[in-house]
Amino acid sequence: MLVLVSAGATWLATGANRGWTKTSVMVKTLDPVTGIEGISYDKKFLPGVDFFGAAFGGAALLAGASLFFRKSKPNNQQNNQ
Amino acid sequence: MKLIHIIPLATLATAVYAASQTFDFKDPKGMNNAIFKLVAPLESINGSASGISGTVLFDPENPATTTGKIIVATESLIVPNPLQKEHMHSATWLDAAKYPEITFEAKSFANVKTETNVTTADVTGTFTLHGVSKEITAPASLTYLKDKLGDRLPNLKGDLLVIRAHFSINREDFNIQKGQNLDKVSTNIDLTLNIAGAAIAK
Repeated sequence: MLVLVSAGATWLATGANRGWTKTSVMVKTLDPVTGIEGISYDKKFLPGVDFFGAAFGGAALLAGASLFFRKSKPNNQQNNQ
Repeated sequence: MKLIHIIPLATLATAVYAASQTFDFKDPKGMNNAIFKLVAPLESINGSASGISGTVLFDPENPATTTGKIIVATESLIVPNPLQKEHMHSATWLDAAKYPEITFEAKSFANVKTETNVTTADVTGTFTLHGVSKEITAPASLTYLKDKLGDRLPNLKGDLLVIRAHFSINREDFNIQKGQNLDKVSTNIDLTLNIAGAAIAK
């Protein structure tokens, strides 16, 4: 659950990108002489729907694995006796 | 034809040629770019290309006679997702190894209008992508900036020519994944060209 909530919070905090995960973002710079906007790319991690999907898969895997490591509950009937 | 007739014709041809300048579009500042945008039902893809070169022959007194060829290096096409970029360059899509260049060769201008230093026109030429050539017409603007090269590149004198164009192509016309991946990759590709060329004064 924690994995899912963290992934969701990260996805929302970085702008809720509904496309694929991006590792760079387009930055435009104006050339004052020609008026052309030059394009460069800054490295930035923008999680997309694939990131969210992977987090959901990871969370499901962890939840499944946790079933094999459950602590056995003490038997109430034995305690009452 | 007598020699007396040939001399004026030759002089006129020389004068026309002399008025035209060759603008080189390999920008040392790397600002020239082409932007592409695809909007499909499931996904929109935005990217750009910076590997631009080519030359344009432009006469400020007669812009309608402009001709030239602009080349975009296929390998320079970028999208912000590295895996998507890899797919785009692969043999399945653009096949950058086999088709390293995307070109547009301008052949004729129509509806030419010039106001001060800005000319707008419908430019017809041959667009080549993925090894397929197709004639297209695109609205374009040409801005002639006389003696402005020095403002951009100190120690150099000359003129600048800024070309802007916006047009659309259909990827299926160029045999790019015809009939496939229609929900993820739009068949319609919006292209915007923003480039500046320099003519160094001799």
